[in-house]
Amino acid sequence: MKEEVVIGLEVHIQFMTKAKIFCQCSTDYLGKGPNTNVCPICLGLPGSLPVLNKKVLEYALRTALALNCEINQVSRFHRKNYFYPDLPKAYQISQYDWPLGFRGHLEISIPPSGVRRRIGITRVHIEEDAGKLIHEGDIASSTYSLVDYNRSGIPLAEIVTEPELRSPEEARIFLMQLRSIVQHLEVCDGNMEEGSLRCDANISIRDSQTGVLGTKTEIKNMNSFRAVKKALEFEVERQKKLLAKGIKIVQETRHWDESKNITVSMRGKEEAQDYRYFPEPDLLPLKISPEMIEKIRRTLPELPESRKERFIKVYNLPEDDAEVLISNKALGDYFEKASAFYADKKILINWVRGELLYNLKEKKIEVEQSPISPEKLVGLLKLIDEGVISGKIAKTVFEKMFESGKEAREIVQEDKITQITDQNELIKIVDRVIEENPQSVEDFNQGKEKALHYLVGQVMRYTQGRAKPDFVSQAIKERIKN
Amino acid sequence: MTLHQLSASEVVNLVKEKKVSVSEIIQDLYDRIAKVDPLVKAFLILNQEEALKQAKEIDTKVKKEEELPPLAGLAIAVKDIIATKGIETTCGSRMLKGFYPPYNATVIDKLKEAGAIIIGKTNLDEFAMGSSTENSAFGPTYNPWDLERVPGGSSGGSAAAVAADEAFIALGTDTGGSIRQPASFCGVVGLKPTYGRVSRYGLIAYASSLDQIGPITKNVSDSALLMRIISGPDNRDSTSVDLPVPDYLKSCQEEIKNIKIGVPREYFVEGMNFEVKDVVYQALKLLEELGAKIEEVSLPHTEYSLPTFYLIATAEASSNLARYDGIQYGYRTENYKDLSSMYQRTRSEGFGPEVKRRIMLGTYALSSGYYDAYYLKAQKVRTLIKEDFTRVFSKYDILVTPTSPTPAFKLKEKMADPLTMYLSDIYTIPVNLAGLPALSLNCGYSKGGLPIGLQLIGKPFEEETILRVAFNYEQNNKVEKRKPLQNLSPQKMVG
Repeated sequence: MKEEVVIGLEVHIQFMTKAKIFCQCSTDYLGKGPNTNVCPICLGLPGSLPVLNKKVLEYALRTALALNCEINQVSRFHRKNYFYPDLPKAYQISQYDWPLGFRGHLEISIPPSGVRRRIGITRVHIEEDAGKLIHEGDIASSTYSLVDYNRSGIPLAEIVTEPELRSPEEARIFLMQLRSIVQHLEVCDGNMEEGSLRCDANISIRDSQTGVLGTKTEIKNMNSFRAVKKALEFEVERQKKLLAKGIKIVQETRHWDESKNITVSMRGKEEAQDYRYFPEPDLLPLKISPEMIEKIRRTLPELPESRKERFIKVYNLPEDDAEVLISNKALGDYFEKASAFYADKKILINWVRGELLYNLKEKKIEVEQSPISPEKLVGLLKLIDEGVISGKIAKTVFEKMFESGKEAREIVQEDKITQITDQNELIKIVDRVIEENPQSVEDFNQGKEKALHYLVGQVMRYTQGRAKPDFVSQAIKERIKN
Repeated sequence: MTLHQLSASEVVNLVKEKKVSVSEIIQDLYDRIAKVDPLVKAFLILNQEEALKQAKEIDTKVKKEEELPPLAGLAIAVKDIIATKGIETTCGSRMLKGFYPPYNATVIDKLKEAGAIIIGKTNLDEFAMGSSTENSAFGPTYNPWDLERVPGGSSGGSAAAVAADEAFIALGTDTGGSIRQPASFCGVVGLKPTYGRVSRYGLIAYASSLDQIGPITKNVSDSALLMRIISGPDNRDSTSVDLPVPDYLKSCQEEIKNIKIGVPREYFVEGMNFEVKDVVYQALKLLEELGAKIEEVSLPHTEYSLPTFYLIATAEASSNLARYDGIQYGYRTENYKDLSSMYQRTRSEGFGPEVKRRIMLGTYALSSGYYDAYYLKAQKVRTLIKEDFTRVFSKYDILVTPTSPTPAFKLKEKMADPLTMYLSDIYTIPVNLAGLPALSLNCGYSKGGLPIGLQLIGKPFEEETILRVAFNYEQNNKVEKRKPLQNLSPQKMVG
């Protein structure tokens, strides 16, 4: 049988509204003392009632429209009933039969070929987040659990795709591009590690000749883009191996164990819950007028795809550079800010993609928190252009800037690493190098260009890189001739 | 007349005219409670210390000639399903014993701002599920007119307290008749406002699409007085409706000449209690004498009200009461091995039998495979019932019916058979399903001296009309007004 991988994703994004979805509590809950960011409503205390935060509706509409969804002009909330200690009302207010958005799609491009694929979006709906359980030690050995409701009532959108992704890599790319969209919409920061973007996946293997779908499993607990890819790759292999042995796949929920790099069974279908959905009587149906939809559509910000086109056109960037810049809204913003003060986009993009991204990744820092602001990076590049430091020295300066957050000029002054502009001093060093390397001089005279590079390198070594390479090269040629 | 016998409007006026101090009134009320409540058991919690403190504060204001809020010094009893900040709120359940809400219901905020004083929290059927107040985890309340009988329910404590002069005025809640039926059994006035008229914020939910808070009072004008204060939109309750609140007292003064009254044929069935029938017919006669035009009408889907109600109300209840799981607050079993056994035991031990019955019924109605046949069908029938009323109200201003098929029944009489108990609300339930306002007031007595209630049903948000008709009726009713528990004799002691 010819096997084909079938993946559908269920993505939750936390909206960056100021207040929670049904109360006035802040959405800024990370790092706060347990159960300090709560009120009777998000604690589900008896008698409290939810009131929808209008901003959440606006953010959700933005999201649904950016994903090319149709909008239900009357949408409503349902209660999803189940018992769990992190769910204070023992039901989650969610949407069921009339979601806000439905029948959308997202067109993704698969690098490096740039092949485009349209992935169907089944629905986009609004719901509330639950609290969090904290186990003393680990979940298996702990004798008790604590509950923190700070996250309870954080607004979420659930985005469900059609089962149209064909590989773990495609799933990862889809998720990256989705993240970039919600970042550009300024509705979610897309931080998977902190849980503001979460992803579950349904995965099965289909016989591509007969088209018969295999039994699917649901994978949870994938907390990074890499984890999504790795977990799904593991699951594809696991399912293929079972099928090869003629063993049936069990429909179940599986947990990605990051430390062991495997998926583990959590619960089977027979234990599947009956959520007893019914319309939420405490909230009125949402009526969304065509005018409101049009207003939001009109005011949608520039989305990654058109931004990429603009970057290529306006900044004359190659497609793959533009692709990297739009993959993370903050990175694109960084580049644009720096661009305003710096003309040579080619040099700029090299520094952004090279030194900046490398250091951010290495230190696990988000672009927004970069110790080197766009202005500071431009400051550094200008020092190179002015001949104050060499490109090579600049890399060292960059690292020092990254550590200290200081301006390039400040570091250069403190460390006295300006370029040697005193020609007499440089000539002395050039003469010394010529004297010490007669063989290379001879090679150069016989037309070996490589020998010149070697000699320039020697001068740079003596000056600890503080000499201007063009000048040194010219000086060597002249001194040898004379 | 002693202080505790006064009506709310009389109290408010006496305080304003400085004829009596609030402290005296409140003290007299607590004396009355001390004397009567061992028999009636209307109260679960008394708020004496706080109430007397507030009384003093208002007295100081009076002395300083400061401007007084509209209900200054008015003592009010509150059904113990309405959240009161810092005052225990139990819902008559073991599950919430010791629960002190950190916030007030919107109605409580409004009443406090208006100068009212909470004297205590009244007994009820557990989570308002019942028609006799026998389902309280803390023991029953007794009908002041006959201590062997129930006060009705679920707002039995509030109705009994007002009837026995233990409070001038009380708040009840009504999901299927829980204000009107006890008002009828206790001979007082009970009003269930239109769904959305009074904020439900802080009303601990039984069935969210049916619950409303309303006043239980000694007369119609007190009902109008309280409605003016507690009504109106609330940005904490999405289902509250943004409509202006009329001056109900003023509308009471208008005549009822030419008002069109419909009398639904389906509410007067063969075999109904003849005493109730007689008294209601007499009331209709009086209304006719006052100029009302009375005609028989039909509400054809009435017979489906009870099953429809018990599917929708229990479905919502099964979800609303799921939060009592022993995690955050309230009762938790001491004896459990793991999360699942903690949930099971907590809920088995914390809830009484009627609550469990309704949770199970509601859970069943919402379960996958049964939803369409039960919950969804009930919603469709609910629409038909609503349409019955809409049709009739296109021609008539109000409907008049009995409030309950019988006067107060005896304790334990209906406890063994829940279905018989449910029938006690047969005239009140359709009103909740349709979200309409309705008022019950006394229209006479049985031969045994038990009060009988008359129900007036109005168009949505037209509480004015039913209050006006009720006021006109009350003013012109020549039947001698009686009061229970006036001469207490020791042999009447029970419990």
